[in-house]
Amino acid sequence: MTRRVAVTGLGVVAPQGIGVPAFWDLLSDGRTATRGITFFDPAGLRSQIAAECDFDPAAHGLDPEQIARCDRYIQFALAAGEEAVRDSGLDLAVENPWRVAVSLGTAVGGTTRLEHDYVLVSERGKRWDVDHRQVGPHLHRAFSPSTLASTVAERFEARGPVQTVSTGCTSGLDAVGYAFHTIEEGRADICITGASDSPISPITMACFDAIKATSPNNDDPAHASRPFDADRNGFVMGEGGAVLVLEELEHARARGARVYCEIGGYATFGNAYHMTGLTSEGLEMARAIEDALDQARLDRTAIDYVNAHGSGTLQNDRHETAAVKRALGAHAYDTPMSSIKSMVGHSLGAIGAIELVACALSLTHQVVPPTANYETPDPECDLDYVPRIARERRLNSVLSVGSGFGGFQSAVVLNLPREETR
Amino acid sequence: MSGHPRRAAITGIGVVAPNGTSTDTFWKSTKEGISALDRITREGCGHLPLRVAGEVRDFDPPALVEERYLVQTDRFTHFAMAAADQALDDAGLGRSDTDAAPFSVGVVTAAGSGGGEFGQRELQQLWDKGSRFVGPYQSIAWFYAASTGQISIRRGFKGPCGVVAADEAGGLDAVAHAARAVRRGTDVLVAGATEAPLAPYSMVCQLGYEELSTVDDPERAYRPFTAAACGFVPAEGGAMLVVESEDLARERGASVRATVAGHAATFTGASRWEESRQGLAQAVLGALAEADCAPEDIDVVFADALGTPEADRAEALAIVDALGAHGTRVPVTAPKTGTGRSYAAAPVLEVAAAVLALEHGLIPPTPNVFDACHDLDLVSSRARAAELRTALILSRGLMGSNSALVLRRGAGDAS
Repeated sequence: MTRRVAVTGLGVVAPQGIGVPAFWDLLSDGRTATRGITFFDPAGLRSQIAAECDFDPAAHGLDPEQIARCDRYIQFALAAGEEAVRDSGLDLAVENPWRVAVSLGTAVGGTTRLEHDYVLVSERGKRWDVDHRQVGPHLHRAFSPSTLASTVAERFEARGPVQTVSTGCTSGLDAVGYAFHTIEEGRADICITGASDSPISPITMACFDAIKATSPNNDDPAHASRPFDADRNGFVMGEGGAVLVLEELEHARARGARVYCEIGGYATFGNAYHMTGLTSEGLEMARAIEDALDQARLDRTAIDYVNAHGSGTLQNDRHETAAVKRALGAHAYDTPMSSIKSMVGHSLGAIGAIELVACALSLTHQVVPPTANYETPDPECDLDYVPRIARERRLNSVLSVGSGFGGFQSAVVLNLPREETR
Repeated sequence: MSGHPRRAAITGIGVVAPNGTSTDTFWKSTKEGISALDRITREGCGHLPLRVAGEVRDFDPPALVEERYLVQTDRFTHFAMAAADQALDDAGLGRSDTDAAPFSVGVVTAAGSGGGEFGQRELQQLWDKGSRFVGPYQSIAWFYAASTGQISIRRGFKGPCGVVAADEAGGLDAVAHAARAVRRGTDVLVAGATEAPLAPYSMVCQLGYEELSTVDDPERAYRPFTAAACGFVPAEGGAMLVVESEDLARERGASVRATVAGHAATFTGASRWEESRQGLAQAVLGALAEADCAPEDIDVVFADALGTPEADRAEALAIVDALGAHGTRVPVTAPKTGTGRSYAAAPVLEVAAAVLALEHGLIPPTPNVFDACHDLDLVSSRARAAELRTALILSRGLMGSNSALVLRRGAGDAS
């Protein structure tokens, strides 16, 4: 007997999209949240722009102790988690806590605090033998990536399997994929899943500068993130977090829960090619898409929308276009494919989960979010990228793909329950 | 579904540990109870109030890994690449075997400390000299996924790639993740964890753990289950395993060293050791149920052995809670007192030791622990010969995860 997995709650902290209603407004309006960096003085950096969240943790129910103890990326996860659990209508007090799991992704975890305290203990980079007496009380929590899932599990009193997933830029899709498997395999009935990252810091901006992965369009930040456009020149750093409540479908139905959609399938493969480089064929991403479709028992022609990785680097968008064409065949040309990174930037490990929230909302509203800033076609990117304006469309099944450092290629299929097909 | 479910076999072991940088040397030190704990010698650490650790000292990366991979990776990934090579050699899987079907070989690692030494060097460049002095490899050396990605690329593996970071217990979760991937249809996974948390800034980060031992005598710094328990000693190194479909291993004539029979994980809150008693017991019961195994079937327990009185008491009680009266009779060991705890890698080393113990019919001892004060049959000063079929490995993380894994010797059944 196959256990089916439903999405019953959504929460999100995205740039200019804190909370599901604001997030969906941003996407359906096609506005962009990218701007000049305000968190620190970016002088000297090649890329001085980012999509920052104007996030007030106190307004999202975090108390002063939590605010002091938790790194920003964990605060995002707590806020998104509150929203998602509330949205699900679950009363976790009556659920068996041993059947509640947590699976959360992050690419760079606590590096922002690690860097902050490093500056203190090293006298601004002068000493290798760092002075331990200068550190703050919470540094060890920043050091351990497990702090993310642990803190969220403590908040919701989950006692089932709790794990942090850290596969770089596919962390968000992979964390939700692991959650899907956890419920499908019967190891939990409920999983609080998603991802979070707050990478807008000098060291992270500098390390992407060093490989020219980020956009240097500093004089026009609002139009800097240009996935699939011929004039794209790198991604724009973002930050944020998203949480989805996954639940075994019968468990959800028994309590009369609203089911946004099902997780139909998830797969990930490595390209075994290069830590940051991509092949032009997209073979491994195509394979992940095919595998996810097989699990969902869907034909490729059933895909109504592709939520792209669409980072806006030259090579990514070509690679991905090739992969989607390889996996969907001629149907790729009839399928809208857009990148919300054009609006909210690329929040590394978090973005995959933010994009899955966007997919669930697309299915709910029967609307495809656009690719903002898309103006000039690239001959090598010849699919329908939904330029600038959201589009109404009948949607039953959607695909979200991700690609990341390490060569990881992941795909998730979300679909409306067959019984509710439109 | 038809046919029996695919079982996951361990067919190869690779070890880079403080007490041995090959499986043979590791097993020799482990069974003889030789402790590798010592004063820290790493540059820039002498002034820190953390004096004892398990350092990997006889490890020569250029002799083992190509220059182009070394320059773009941290020490934790050097360990991982070397251990993965050993494990694949041990399993008899060469490039010609894996190149034939790259999508059927995946990689899953657990990571808890990332590329700390590399990261500290690049942070120093940034803050001392400026952003233009940050090198091109910082973005791929520091992050937790570095080892999985580099093993996949270096060996040409395109199968499912994963990285879990569920603190110490994550090491067991990674092995279990690999076993589940085999059940889902992937033929082979290279799975495990290696850590290198002994760079100065990484050490400073760990000072916040209240369970850390700051005793400066290597023989007294890590003594779990004794009245003198004073915390744990950190370590570097780890192990990688080849986990593959048992049927396919037999088809290609590989030796099935052990099967991964059961696993379960729970969570009871960071540093809430008293509550870990129930969490660990639940994990053991879950793992036994998946392995279809009675408590009496467990022939040896590899304990988490954190080394604080509260945590040790919780573990001793959890073993009895889960195994009943058998829990006070079953031999319990914790060879990690001779290597220190290499975070997520520590329980993978224990899995390696457990496979070797099952094979040799020999329970390795718990170095420096000879006066246990709990109601356990702790294998203390010297190894004990025993007929071993089934081993239980326990792990808990500082952030609150509890995990249990059941291994069976050799093939899963006689068929």
